Amino acid sequence: MNNSITSNNTTMLDKLVSTGKKSTRDGFGAGLHELGKTNKNVVALCADLVGSLKMQKFIDDNPERFFQVGVAEANMMGIAAGLATAGKIPFTGTFANFSTGRVYDQIRQSIAYSHKNVKICASHAGVSLGEDGATHQILEDLGMMKMLPGMTVINPCDYNQTKAATIAIADHDGPVYLRFGRPGWPMFTPEDQKFEIGKALMLNEGTDVTIFATGHLVWNSIEAAKALAAKGISVELINIHTIKPLDEEAVLASATKTKCVVTAEEHQMNGGLGDSIAQLLSRKLPTPLEMVAVNDSFGESGTPMELLDKYGMGVNDIVEAVTNVMKRK
Amino acid sequence: MPNIQELQRIASQVRRDIIRQVHYATCGHPGASLGCTDLLTALYFEVMDHDPSFNMEGKNEDLFFLSNGHISPVWYSILARSGYFPVAELATFRKLNARLQGHPATHEGLPGVRIASGSLGQGLSVAIGTALAKKLDGDDKLIYVLTGDGELQEGQVWEAMMFAAHHKVDNLVAIVDWNGQQIDGPNDEVMSLGDLPGKWKSFGWEVLEMDGNNMEEVLTVLAQAKSKTGNGIPVVILMKTAMGYGVDFMAGTHHWHGKAPNAEQTEIALAQLEETLGDYTYPYAG
Repeated sequence: MNNSITSNNTTMLDKLVSTGKKSTRDGFGAGLHELGKTNKNVVALCADLVGSLKMQKFIDDNPERFFQVGVAEANMMGIAAGLATAGKIPFTGTFANFSTGRVYDQIRQSIAYSHKNVKICASHAGVSLGEDGATHQILEDLGMMKMLPGMTVINPCDYNQTKAATIAIADHDGPVYLRFGRPGWPMFTPEDQKFEIGKALMLNEGTDVTIFATGHLVWNSIEAAKALAAKGISVELINIHTIKPLDEEAVLASATKTKCVVTAEEHQMNGGLGDSIAQLLSRKLPTPLEMVAVNDSFGESGTPMELLDKYGMGVNDIVEAVTNVMKRK
Repeated sequence: MPNIQELQRIASQVRRDIIRQVHYATCGHPGASLGCTDLLTALYFEVMDHDPSFNMEGKNEDLFFLSNGHISPVWYSILARSGYFPVAELATFRKLNARLQGHPATHEGLPGVRIASGSLGQGLSVAIGTALAKKLDGDDKLIYVLTGDGELQEGQVWEAMMFAAHHKVDNLVAIVDWNGQQIDGPNDEVMSLGDLPGKWKSFGWEVLEMDGNNMEEVLTVLAQAKSKTGNGIPVVILMKTAMGYGVDFMAGTHHWHGKAPNAEQTEIALAQLEETLGDYTYPYAG
């Protein structure tokens, strides 16, 4: 029995291989370009970061549906709210830091409270933006956005998933925060995989421990699961691409099965995915839990991989968290 | 031809509604509500092509946005008196379970309100967004947006001003309630606005000025503003008003910016404002 599960695990994990590297922001750009062809109500705004957000192809095809706002993010959020009021589906593009913390009140009043159909598309999230340093490495955005009533919060893991998520959110009625990143990142999501908002994705079934991962750290968790499988530990790996609404059913089902949980995200421990899952489990199914995330700290300059390691989000950190949480079962 | 007298009669009732809403709620912002009554009366009862059956998108309608959301009492009265919701509902202003929130909101579904406002500085941006959408849709109706003068201390307004000129948002008329007062005192003491007409001009706007408490002038300048739209340049009206206009002891001071009159003060105020369309009753009968 154990052997058959192990071999099954190996099969699922074996399929999770990188087919090359592309950035998630490239996935956003490709999704937006696609939407430009298929949905005439989609409009785009950018605060002087067209190149960084990969929005040029949309602009080339739809110059009349693009608005350059300049370095004025607060105004961009307000204009987006107005466009949505009149029935358009605005996609705003800037770095995650300037998409959230800088404009929190504009989002709160003009978008979230007013229930405007604005898609806040946020690149360069987390320490993996690298050398620009802590001023730009926002690690609090998921928390800020998930606290807003009615806000959907999505953090896809690779190019294909970001492209699919970008396309999917156009059909969702209501404000969405879509978070993605700068660096080239391993791709493993099938190109034709449909993106279902709020639906957790089972990447590997396992029995000893569950890793709930989001964004870039899904790949690190795949590598950790492979390393752990080699040691005979059966990891259930679930990709929580939608932080809010959280797929509570999937979390509870897996925690019931494995009885211990690790969360992995490129974000502060406070306010992130781990915080959401801990809250759910402590209310409904108290379960030992370890968090792989930034522990109440700002980042710094460095390469993405150096920073992920230094701030406790490397593959080894996930392996260590699994080892620790299994002792607490 | 607009009937000035008829508009003035409506404005008198609206001012009564403002005093009575704020008195019954025991809080709210009567000062600039009274000051902007003539403008909103002119817009909703004469100038704008609008539909009180209300739909959010407002296609093929002129739209109005209130950026300085704290003057909700005047807007609520105007919306009720022009048919967006029952006048009787004014008795629910700031009460629990009401659609008439302290500051305007869409959350409770109040007809006539298209976006929440109250946190200042955001309305011009929102108005620009709807103006852009109208251009995309080939809709030739106009957007009107009112901001306070103290509100211009918010940086976002200047971002929006720059944008409107750069992108030639010429289907929009911004109006500044230039009453010279804000919560902590006169603008010139709190944070001077300096050469306001010069600043708007230098940001690329067509600037008009008017006495916002003279109905005839309000109508004339609003018509001028409309005639200046469509020329590739955004239009602003710097509107001189007296905070508290229409009630002698409230006029021209910041002391009634955000304070409710007591029973005696309410009686004195109402004695100065003719009841022309019938007062609503409170408490609200539902």
